[in-house]
Amino acid sequence: MDVNEVLLPGVGLLYEFVNREGDKIGVVARRSGDFELAVYEEGDPDQARAVFRLTGEEADVVADILGAPRIAERFADLTKEVPGLSAGQVEVLAGTPFAGRPLGESRARTRTGASIVAIVRGEDVIPSPGPEQILRAGDVLVVIGTREGIAAVEQLVRS
Amino acid sequence: MHISVALLLELGIILAFLGLLGTLARRFALSPVPLYLLVGLALGEGGIAPVPAAGSFVETGAGIGVVLLLLVLGLEFTVPEFTVSLRRHLPSAWVDLVLNATPGAVAGWLLGLDAGGILALAGVTYISSSGIIARLLGDLRRMSNRETPAVLSVLVLEDFAMAAYLPLLAVVAAGGTWQQALLGVLLALGAVVAALTMSYWWGHHLGRLLSHPDEEQLLLRVLGVTLIVSALAEAVHVSAAVGAFLVGLSLTGEAADRARKVLSPLRDLFAAVFFLAIGLSIPPDSLLPVLPVALLLAVVTAATKVASGWYAARREGAGRRGRLRAGTALIARGEFSIVIIGLMGTGHDRLGALVAAYVLLLAVAGPVITRFTGPRASGTKHSPRQGTPVP
Repeated sequence: MDVNEVLLPGVGLLYEFVNREGDKIGVVARRSGDFELAVYEEGDPDQARAVFRLTGEEADVVADILGAPRIAERFADLTKEVPGLSAGQVEVLAGTPFAGRPLGESRARTRTGASIVAIVRGEDVIPSPGPEQILRAGDVLVVIGTREGIAAVEQLVRS
Repeated sequence: MHISVALLLELGIILAFLGLLGTLARRFALSPVPLYLLVGLALGEGGIAPVPAAGSFVETGAGIGVVLLLLVLGLEFTVPEFTVSLRRHLPSAWVDLVLNATPGAVAGWLLGLDAGGILALAGVTYISSSGIIARLLGDLRRMSNRETPAVLSVLVLEDFAMAAYLPLLAVVAAGGTWQQALLGVLLALGAVVAALTMSYWWGHHLGRLLSHPDEEQLLLRVLGVTLIVSALAEAVHVSAAVGAFLVGLSLTGEAADRARKVLSPLRDLFAAVFFLAIGLSIPPDSLLPVLPVALLLAVVTAATKVASGWYAARREGAGRRGRLRAGTALIARGEFSIVIIGLMGTGHDRLGALVAAYVLLLAVAGPVITRFTGPRASGTKHSPRQGTPVP
């Protein structure tokens, strides 16, 4: 997909692209950190209709929602490029020992050699979770390591 | 320490009143600049409510206001934005300069002003208010329109032209010869190039020197250095405003972003004081005689701005409506026309009154005209929401 980048001197940047349905979409990224989304009238690229504005914080939330399903995929893509490395997803089931306990207590990396690089929780993604991160039932752990390592994490969490 | 009750009270009442007027202006998406001028006019000698005690503060504050206006303008500037604008829109910038400076110069000549007065009036009619226009385009949600990059580029190039123009004006206004004026401009241009080169190669070093994780430290350092440089620039007759602009230019990246954030509220306060001071220095009864000339000049230069915006937007490939929107967006004059008059100082009373009336007219009319050339007039098919004003 081609994204056209236009400089708005003193204001920021305007990104323009056309989606599969043929709508031309503009995103204004202001220097202040705010964003504005606009669509263009059919056949008239001069006149944009501003759809909504987002503060930097709101834009982060939208980006997370749109990006969450893709995070695991992206890790999977990454591991294809490194032979011997795989990515896997391990769900924390209710009633298993680590549900409700900090990630650090699993001592997953020390015991299996595989790393937990992200936690997908509903529509949120917690990237690079720290050892103090409390796991919840239903969390999906994104694990990177050898196949054996990932299997060992699965066993550890499920036991 | 003795605290003057009269000073605090007068200043407090003035600021509270300005705040109230500013709220009203924002509601109609107008610039507060003309309101501050009007309040100044009302408070001056011969006005309705003189304020003797606050006068000395306003006088001092006005000087700081000019310095802060130009400093923050310089901070807004990035080298890539300037070079991209220059490469794409240089012809538009020339058209803008020739079409809009000429009516001012001709009017100055017809009015029998001296060289400084003619030059000042040319600058007044040339420079659009980037502050008013950028805010207006955001409020009217026109940032993603085809014509907007052209409009913003013209504004950036105008602001940059001010860096060469202000020292020229300072020298000519001081009664210097043309050789001195030329020297002043070369000196200023050299300083601008030096500041840009420095910011390009060593900007991060300067940033590291001035910036500090603590906001208070950052504020004190940047403000301190700016005032020193401004004082030195004023001492060699390059004008304090240009000195401040140079400091702003030299700072880039994160240091500039943070400096802009801490300085902007201070700029807003002192700029308001500056506009107030200009209003104060003009006797209200001198406005009426210059009103016909100001009105004529306003009509002519509104038309020439529409023409230059039309040209700039056409080069970007915008259609007729886009060109009209670009043209009308450029009409508003404001802070920098007032800065020019501030530089001319006393001895040009008639010019001051003329420019005050001119800015009063165009700072109000510009945003109103711009708004009415929006989607409402263009009659686009979709969504009634487009036509309603943005609150």
